[in-house]
Amino acid sequence: MSLLSLRNLAVATAVLLAGGFALVFFHAPNDADQGFIQKIFYLHVPLATCALGGFVVAAVHAIRHLRTGDAIHDARAYVSIHISIIFGVAVLVTGSIWARASWGKWWVWDEPTLVSFLIVFLLYCTYYPLRFAIEDRDRQARYASVFAITAGAFVPLNFLAVRLAESLVHPRVFATAEGGMTGEMWLAFLTSLAGMALLWVTLVRFELVAKSASARISRLRRALDAGAPAGTRSRVAPSVPSTATTSG
Amino acid sequence: MPALPLDEAGKYVAGAYLVFLALVLIYVAIMAAKLARIERELGELGDLAEERSANG
Repeated sequence: MSLLSLRNLAVATAVLLAGGFALVFFHAPNDADQGFIQKIFYLHVPLATCALGGFVVAAVHAIRHLRTGDAIHDARAYVSIHISIIFGVAVLVTGSIWARASWGKWWVWDEPTLVSFLIVFLLYCTYYPLRFAIEDRDRQARYASVFAITAGAFVPLNFLAVRLAESLVHPRVFATAEGGMTGEMWLAFLTSLAGMALLWVTLVRFELVAKSASARISRLRRALDAGAPAGTRSRVAPSVPSTATTSG
Repeated sequence: MPALPLDEAGKYVAGAYLVFLALVLIYVAIMAAKLARIERELGELGDLAEERSANG
């Protein structure tokens, strides 16, 4: 993707997120049950949806990598997981703040929704040590892809846990006794969700472009060093991760 | 579950949105540092290439 379209994507993300949050605070009414605190929902749920969706996207790229052997799919899977983990941190922190305000506790261990998300998050945190413990690049990419596919299977379980959990502790904003959210609430939620999804895509593209530039510099340095006398070799230490060898 | 009064709920809502903003800003700062490093390395390689071509 060219820098121009990345810039357009970033502008669209900023506009959509700002519009979504404006709708949240100036258009959507306060929730009848939770009041103003329910505004966290419009941030927390889109973040969680994008984080979990990003893990599924990583699994799809990993499948494509194993099928084709193309390094770009491995790089995309790696970056998808990386950005989704950052989103996951935001989900856990915003969720804790919501829990503190609603239940008086920062964390509730007997709530399946929370614990299942934490398990998925911690599972993906092991992706980095697994990946970088392997020196051979081909093996590293293959093993990382197998991990991404296997861990991706846990994501639907997380969604199922939300739906199947009988506990009434976790807020059920989509299914209140009064019939769920109003039209204004849905508009604010869907706009926030679209903005968050665009933010995820923008960050993934941005990271891929940076990694691609880094890899090109690395190749250029090796090419220059290959034809140089010993005393004139570049002194810049190689620092490029082995994942991004082709452009996004 | 009784709704929290606005003055109490407001600080939690503001906190959640500020955490999100802070995370995005931290990410952008890290990426800016990475891009600055890439630019610096590119400059060094450019100088090296010019030096090589000048030496024949």
